[in-house]
Amino acid sequence: MINPNLKLNPKIWNDDVEMLPIRHGFGEGLLKAAETDESIVGICADLTESTKMNLFADKFPKRFVQVGVAEQNLVTVASGMAAMGKFPFVSSYAMFSPGRNWEQIRTTICYNNVPVVVAGSHAGISVGPDGGTHQALEDIALMRVLPNMIVLTPCDAIEARKATLAIAKLRKPAYIRLAREKSPVITTEETPFEIGKAQVLFETDGLAHVGVIACGALVHGAMRAAQKLEKEGIRVKVMNIGTIKPLDVEAIVALAKETKSLVTVEEHQIAGGLGSAVAECLASTVPTPIEFVGMKDKYGESGSPAELVEHFEMGTTAIIEAIRRAVDRKQK
Amino acid sequence: MLTDEKVRELTLQANAIRQSTIEELLLAKSGHSAGPLGMTDIFTYFYFHALRHDPKRPDWAERDRFVLSNGHICPGLYATLAHAGYFPVEELKTLRKLGSRLQGHPHREWLSCVETSSGPLGSGLSQAAGMALADKMDYGATATRHIYCFISDGELQEGNSWEGIMFAGKYKLNNLITVIDYNNIQIEGLVSDIMPLEPLADKWKSFNWHVIEVDGHDFRAIDEAVEQAKSMSAQPTVIIAHTIPGKGVSYMERNYKWHGNPPNAEQAAQAIAELKEAALKI
Repeated sequence: MINPNLKLNPKIWNDDVEMLPIRHGFGEGLLKAAETDESIVGICADLTESTKMNLFADKFPKRFVQVGVAEQNLVTVASGMAAMGKFPFVSSYAMFSPGRNWEQIRTTICYNNVPVVVAGSHAGISVGPDGGTHQALEDIALMRVLPNMIVLTPCDAIEARKATLAIAKLRKPAYIRLAREKSPVITTEETPFEIGKAQVLFETDGLAHVGVIACGALVHGAMRAAQKLEKEGIRVKVMNIGTIKPLDVEAIVALAKETKSLVTVEEHQIAGGLGSAVAECLASTVPTPIEFVGMKDKYGESGSPAELVEHFEMGTTAIIEAIRRAVDRKQK
Repeated sequence: MLTDEKVRELTLQANAIRQSTIEELLLAKSGHSAGPLGMTDIFTYFYFHALRHDPKRPDWAERDRFVLSNGHICPGLYATLAHAGYFPVEELKTLRKLGSRLQGHPHREWLSCVETSSGPLGSGLSQAAGMALADKMDYGATATRHIYCFISDGELQEGNSWEGIMFAGKYKLNNLITVIDYNNIQIEGLVSDIMPLEPLADKWKSFNWHVIEVDGHDFRAIDEAVEQAKSMSAQPTVIIAHTIPGKGVSYMERNYKWHGNPPNAEQAAQAIAELKEAALKI
């Protein structure tokens, strides 16, 4: 059942649930943060509208910098501006930033430890028809290995806005992962958000049999899987990881101790992403069997977002199967 | 115009910095020799004449900014910073040692008198351009601060460099002055063999930069170039400084094999002897 304490969207299961792209929340959050923090500047590599930085650029044209199609320059200019007291937010597609400019992010932002927020939009398989070249499935891995870097993976547009506002207050190097396609709005204005805190969105009546740990736009599918299995008597808790780094170790360990069997769900290569982060955490605390839902060491291809999520086995059906495997492993 | 006395003072200072550079590289047992020695005159000119800075207050808000993009020539920067008073000359002995602030390539968080960490090539100019743009955002035409950036010829083979060059031209960053260490060597040979840059001045001009070429060991020529660069109203300036790698040490001069190696004890002794002899003639 839906966790009543988190004041989630009451229409979450409805056919007319509000659908919004996660990137919209970033655009709105940046605009709002910039209204009170004059040091915030926006820098974009020719994808201002796609990344929703246009909301900021329209309102604050003198604080907006257009670098053209040059992602290495995007983040190094940002590092220089940060060194002068500015707080740059830079946006592009995740495939190009951090895909193309990883070393510049490492050396000039993270090693320098200057406040720059890298927003990577169009992350995941749900980019859709643009195909494999544009579907960033490696960005979480690239960013979470960097010391000083905070990695945020909001599950909907509202959480993305809150995450953007929270990182604007924190003023540290950060990566925020955004999706292109519309996805169901899970949270509400009243849902609490804190960087570094995981939340159990779907609760169980009594101890859960399996815990599902998910991030991004697939969180809704994970909740849908839990809801379906609830009717069969399989109790599944679904945890949303809004921050992959720093990981909420306490919450994950508690879930592992309760369920003794987990499933991780992400629109990312299984190698190096959320599932890997959870496995690293648990191997050194409470070793727990994990079924990984994610991209299986392949590239994506063109198709509609919904088709691709199903085709590459990251949809509700695949999550249900993974949960069943997790139950089986527990029984063995 | 620099006075004769000022030129003599800078020449003596540069000689002392070269000696310190040799000494720190000898103790470090690794590091780059030719580049730092080739750029010592320009380092000296900036830290002992041109830069608005205060070694007692490295975080002084009104200071000019100096970005070393080609971080591998930091032994020369460290020796210059020490002689300028940022930290004791004695500390140079810790170069590349465990726990030292003087990392093999500059680390801004540990050594606050450098403006950025550098080493991976090609990204310093963009950072300097970001600094210059930030200053213009805050102060517009009344900005009086200058952002200086040293880059190497070899790192002009990096794409990031050209992204930054295009960007600075677009935003007419006249407060940005870049100096190219054009010594024509890189690790594996001559720049002109490995990936030629010519016509270099024309390339920069076509990206809307003001271009000045100088002898990188002529203090008066460097000074005139910097003064001219400061007078530009709508363009960034690049000063292409023709330098001699290994300058001041006979066996290192113009030999690319000294790009990435330190002298041994015997070689260091010879280098110091040559520099001391040269100092007597200044």
